[in-house]
Amino acid sequence: MAAQKGPLAGVKVADFTWAFVGPITTRMLASYGAQVIKIESGVNAGRIDSQRFSGYFKDGIPGGVNRASDFNAINAGKLSLTLNLAHPKGVEIAKKMVAWADIAIENFAGGVIQKMGLGYDELKKVKPDIIMLSSCTMGQTGPEAWLGGVGPNLTARSGITHIVGWPDRGPAYLGPHTDYVSPPLNVLAIMAALDYRRRTGKGQYLDMAQYEGVLHFVAPLLLDYSVNARVANRMGNRLDYAAPHAAYRCRGEDRWCVIAVFTDQEWNSFCQVIGEPEWVHQAKFSTLLSRKANEADLDKLVEQWTINCSPEEIVSLMQASGVAAGILQTAEDLMENDPHLKARHYFWRLDHPEFGSYRTARTPSLLCKTPPEMRRAPLLGEHNQYVLRDILGLPDNEIADLITEGIIE
Amino acid sequence: MTEHENIGMLSPYRVLDLTDERGVLCGKLLGDLGADVIKVEKPGGDPSRNIGPFYHDEPDPEKSLFWFAFNTNKRGITLDIEKADGQEIFRKLVRTADFIVESFPPGYMEKLGLGYPELEKINPGLIMVSITPFGQSGPYKDYKGPDIVVWAMSGYMYQWGDSDRPPVRISHHSQAYAQTAPEAAAGALMALYNRHVTGHGQQVDISIEECVTWYAHYFTGVWDTQKRKQPRGTGMPQSYNLDIPITRLWPCKDGYVSWVWWGQGKRSSPPLMKWLIEWTEKQGISTEFADEWDWTKANYTGLNAEAVARLESATRIFFMAHTRSELLEGALKRHVQVYPVATTEDIVKGTPSQQLNARGYWVKLEHPELSDTISYPGAFVRASEEPLRITRRAPLIGENNREIFEIELGIPREQQILLKQSEVI
Repeated sequence: MAAQKGPLAGVKVADFTWAFVGPITTRMLASYGAQVIKIESGVNAGRIDSQRFSGYFKDGIPGGVNRASDFNAINAGKLSLTLNLAHPKGVEIAKKMVAWADIAIENFAGGVIQKMGLGYDELKKVKPDIIMLSSCTMGQTGPEAWLGGVGPNLTARSGITHIVGWPDRGPAYLGPHTDYVSPPLNVLAIMAALDYRRRTGKGQYLDMAQYEGVLHFVAPLLLDYSVNARVANRMGNRLDYAAPHAAYRCRGEDRWCVIAVFTDQEWNSFCQVIGEPEWVHQAKFSTLLSRKANEADLDKLVEQWTINCSPEEIVSLMQASGVAAGILQTAEDLMENDPHLKARHYFWRLDHPEFGSYRTARTPSLLCKTPPEMRRAPLLGEHNQYVLRDILGLPDNEIADLITEGIIE
Repeated sequence: MTEHENIGMLSPYRVLDLTDERGVLCGKLLGDLGADVIKVEKPGGDPSRNIGPFYHDEPDPEKSLFWFAFNTNKRGITLDIEKADGQEIFRKLVRTADFIVESFPPGYMEKLGLGYPELEKINPGLIMVSITPFGQSGPYKDYKGPDIVVWAMSGYMYQWGDSDRPPVRISHHSQAYAQTAPEAAAGALMALYNRHVTGHGQQVDISIEECVTWYAHYFTGVWDTQKRKQPRGTGMPQSYNLDIPITRLWPCKDGYVSWVWWGQGKRSSPPLMKWLIEWTEKQGISTEFADEWDWTKANYTGLNAEAVARLESATRIFFMAHTRSELLEGALKRHVQVYPVATTEDIVKGTPSQQLNARGYWVKLEHPELSDTISYPGAFVRASEEPLRITRRAPLIGENNREIFEIELGIPREQQILLKQSEVI
C-alpha cells in the first residue's frame, strides 16, 4: 500500500456504511487522504453494500459485485475488507479494526449496530477515544429511531419536495436528494470531533439524524410558519423579487436556458441583448413591480426570442452583458461539453480492473494547497490480506482459519 | 449578548464571516459547533437582511427571517473594508482569526489588497473559505450565478419536473447556496486539521456549482457508462433496468405521500410491502395481484407495464382514502415507510409524529428587541461529549461594535465617532 497523502493522511476510518449517505461521507474523507477501510460482508453473508447491485452495470449487463456505476462512484479511494458480522468472530475482528481506527462510521437504521454488538459502548471499551458517527434518517432516539429510511422519502418528509414543482400540479420528484446533502454535515461533525479529540484526548459519539440536519436548509420557511403561520408552497421557477426569472425553451430538442433579471440595470441590458430596447420604457415592463404584474406575458415574449437561439449563444450574450443566465445542462453537457468543469478538473478518469475506465466527480470542497485525489473504488475483499496481515498483524494461519470458517470471504 | 462563551468543539477558533446570502449558513454551522463567529457587515447592514420572509410581514432589515435563521450564534459588527481605515481595522481582526468565510466575486478581495496571499502574510495560519457560484478559476468564474443559474448549470435541475414543461428549481430562497454550506464548513475544518500538521493555512475554493453538480452523479454515471440520457421527471429509478415509469409521489386525501413499491428480493429493500398489503386489505381494498406476486423471489425489475399498473391502481385508491397525517400514523404503527410530502406546517406542528419534540430538537431563542421568543431548528448533530448549543439570536446591525472595536481592539471612543461619521463602521 502506498503511503497516504493529503491533509488527512494518518486518519484511520473503520467504515461500516452502505448505500449512499455513509459511503459518500467516507468518500470525501478518503479523497483527502484518510485511510478508509470499507467493511462489508461477502456475497454469502448477507450484509453486502446494496449499491454493488445498483446504478448501471458495465456494458449494461447485470452481474458481479464490482461492476455497478453507483458503487464505483461513491466508494472511490477506499480499501475493501469482507467480514461476516453475523458471526461472533467477525464482530471480534471488527473490534480490532475499531481499536486501530480514529473514526468508526455506520449508517444502518437506528439500533441495528447495537444489535450487532458494535454500539458505541462496546467500541469505547476497545478504543476509549474512538469517534463514532451514526447517520440514520431520524436519529438514534425518539419514537421513530428504529425506522429504516431511504432518501426519496426523507426528502419528502423534510419539506423540500413540497416546494418543488408547479403551483397547479403536484410536487416534483427529486430523487434521494437528502442522501447528497447529508454527507458533508457528517464530515463537518467528524472533523470538529477530531479537532476536539486532538486538544482534549476525548472521543465521542455523534448521533446524526439526517432529518434534523436537512431542516436547516429550509429554516427560514419553518420560521415563516411558526412566526407568520404561512405555509411555503411551490412557485414553479418564479422568485418574488426578480423578473424574468424562469427556464425558457431554446432551439433544439428539449434544450433550455434560464435567465434571471434582478436590477433595473440588468433589465436594461437584457432588453438590449434581445433587441427590444423599447421594452425598457413600456409601462407594462419598465419597473420590477410592473414586470411581476405581467410576468406571464413577459415570459411568453422572452421565449419567442429564446426559441430561435441555442442556450450556449444566449448564455454567453447575457453573461457578457452582466445578465445572469445559464444553460440547462444535461449529463452529457457536463461530461463532454462544459469548458469550465474541464478547466477545473472536475471529472476524474479512473481505471478499474473490472468496471473499466470510468469518470467520477472530484470532491467539491477544494483545498487549494492540498487538493483532493480521486482513486478508484476497490474490488470486494481486494484488501483482505493487507488489512488482516499488515494492519491487524494477524498470523497467516489465523487468516486461513477465518477464510475456512466463512468469516472472511 | 456579549463575549464569546468558551464552550463547544470549536471554541478556541474565531471566524470572520463576510458572506452574503451565498455563504451565510457556513458561519452559522461553525458557530453551532462552538466557534466565535463575527459577522462583518457593511455599515447599514448586509443586503441579505432584505431577503424575506419577514417577522410579522414587516419589511425591515432587522426583521428578516432569512437573516434570523442563518445568523444565530454570531456576533455582528459593521465595517467597510473598501475604506482604508476599515481595511486597517480588518487586518487587526485577521490577526485574531482562524477562518475567514467570504462570498465576494473572485478577485474582489485581491483588489482591496485583502487577497489570500496578502492576508497569509499577516496570519500564516489563516484559512480563507471563498464561496462563489463558479469557483475562483475557470472560464465561468465571473459569471453571475443566482440560485436558478447554478442549478441549471449543475445538470441536476434538468431532471426535475414534468416532460411537458420546463425543468423546475426548488422554490423560495436559494437552496443551492444553503446546501453548499456544509461542504464549505467541512472543507474549512479539513484545512484546520492540515494546519495542525504544517502550521500553514490555505484558501478553500468552494464552487457552489460543483457542490450541486455532485448531486447529479447518478445521471452523469448513466451518461458515462451508457451514453444515455435519463428523461425528465422519471428521477432515479429504483430498479435500474426497468424503464417503466413508476409512481413515487402519490396523491392522498389532503396532499401527497412518498412511497415506492419495490421487491423484497434478497438484495433489495426491507420487506415493506407486506405490511402495506395487509393494511390495504383491512380497508377492504383488493390487492389480488399483489397477493399473487411472489415478493420473496422477484423484485420490481421483473414486472411489466401492465403488472405495474395493476399494482399501483389499488394503492392509489387506498392513499386517496386517507390524509397525510393518517397515513404517517398508520405507517409508523406498521413499520411501513409511507412519508408525507410534508409542508412546513407538518414539520413545525410535528403531529402525528413526535420525533422532533421527543428529541428536544427545537430551540427557543429570545428576541428582546421584538419582545418575543422564536423557535429555531436545533443541533444538526447530537455530540455526546460537547453538545452543540444554539444560544444567541442573529445580531442586530452593528450590535457588537463596541465590544469588538472598543473593548477588544482598544479603539478609543472618539475615534469610533469619527469612523462612524466617515461611514467606516
